[in-house]
Amino acid sequence: MSTNRVRVVVTGLGATTPLGGDVASTWSALLDGKSGIRPITEDWVDTVPVKFAGVAAVDPSEVLPRPEARRLDRAEQFALIAARQAWQDAGAPEVDGERLGVVVGSGIGGIGTILSAYDLYREKGWNRLSPFTVPMLMPNGSAGWISIELGAKAGAHSTVSACATGAESIGYGIDMIRSGRADIVVAGGTEAAIHGLNVASFAAARAMSTRNDEPERASRPFDKGRDGFVLGEGAGIVVLESEEHARARGARIYAEAAGVGYTSDAYHITGIDPEGKGGRQAMLSALKDAGIAASDVHHVNAHATSTPLGDEIEARAIKDAIGGHAAVTATKSMTGHLLGGAGGVESIFTILALHERIVPAIANLDNPADGIEVDLVRGEPRKLDGGQIAAINNSFGFGGHNVAVAFTTV
Amino acid sequence: MAVTEQEILAGLGKIVNEITGIPATEVTPEKSFVDDLDIDSLSMVEIAVAAQDEFGVEIPDDQLKHLKTVKDVINFIQA
Repeated sequence: MSTNRVRVVVTGLGATTPLGGDVASTWSALLDGKSGIRPITEDWVDTVPVKFAGVAAVDPSEVLPRPEARRLDRAEQFALIAARQAWQDAGAPEVDGERLGVVVGSGIGGIGTILSAYDLYREKGWNRLSPFTVPMLMPNGSAGWISIELGAKAGAHSTVSACATGAESIGYGIDMIRSGRADIVVAGGTEAAIHGLNVASFAAARAMSTRNDEPERASRPFDKGRDGFVLGEGAGIVVLESEEHARARGARIYAEAAGVGYTSDAYHITGIDPEGKGGRQAMLSALKDAGIAASDVHHVNAHATSTPLGDEIEARAIKDAIGGHAAVTATKSMTGHLLGGAGGVESIFTILALHERIVPAIANLDNPADGIEVDLVRGEPRKLDGGQIAAINNSFGFGGHNVAVAFTTV
Repeated sequence: MAVTEQEILAGLGKIVNEITGIPATEVTPEKSFVDDLDIDSLSMVEIAVAAQDEFGVEIPDDQLKHLKTVKDVINFIQA
């Protein structure tokens, strides 16, 4: 580890997920092993082979005033809600706007807006469209709105790397602080893609679970009976801060955001490299970047989406990069897969696991797949050891993007 | 049958409230959208779009810029 490098810490957390409208309710549901997956009630459900999803536990319309909500795509609504929570959680820090950045992305962007605006345009013509249609559909809209809300002028960025988006955003935020561009960065991911077209498209890729008779049991990472991922929605956003800035204002510090590793598979546009080389190397790079050893890592929040191929390959990559000692969880078993939001909420879960010293158990893991040589947390949540320990959040995305973020206790 | 001024005012109040959050009771004929109600140009476009749907009249962009007050909009719709 370079000793003179700026250290980055996490001082605020915000989320809205299928398990709860904030971080506390989501975390508590995770520890209780609850499922956020439920039947879809929209009309289009009859047109697709998947009849369930992880719909946000608290609809944004219950939180945002109507005049504000109508100018935001649902993904932006989630992002703004999570960002406000994170900012308040961090104590609404006093910071020069020129030293405050935002990195919030989405895997798909305002797909709900695109589809409904297209219908409106076809039925009623161009001049019936909201003048906010463009900022609602653009994937950088969330970052823009959050920067306006907080007066963040050091740069507002959006990474787009499918299901690795949230983690990549946090990595980019860490880099913004390390490189001296900002003292505080609000970073994470958001997604609102529960729509017939998206479900149909993922189903066309044969990627989704069709366990329609048991929605709550459908997301089962590492289980022999898994048959695909379960679509979820929501956002997870953290406040990253230079340690110096956080200490100077006496902020509560959840964890150090110690390092990040990125690789790309360069193998297949949707399929994972069968040897898991990309994921393994991302974890090794994160260890190196954080200046920690594999033995320091006591916990991994796996990407583990419950697809037949991916989970076992990731388990091997974890075994190779970290070893068999770390407590591995797969929280998508309860939240479903939040796509661009996943890396945000799962980084938050990783941070809380370190901070609270407890790892949520993997739900629906009745019969672990053969040949898995990592320590899967089953049944009850697992307590973590005291002392200085580290944890890694893995997020991988279509396109072959692999991101591993390493957090350590402080 | 022509809509009355009262009906249009009530409809506009609802639209303005929906779009901006300003209480419908503040939307009175003499108010200027920009100076009194603090409504920006994009919000005016939203209001015009909603008013077109509500009252079934077209408000072209070159007309919209002349509609400064609530009364102007009422007159335009009644004309």
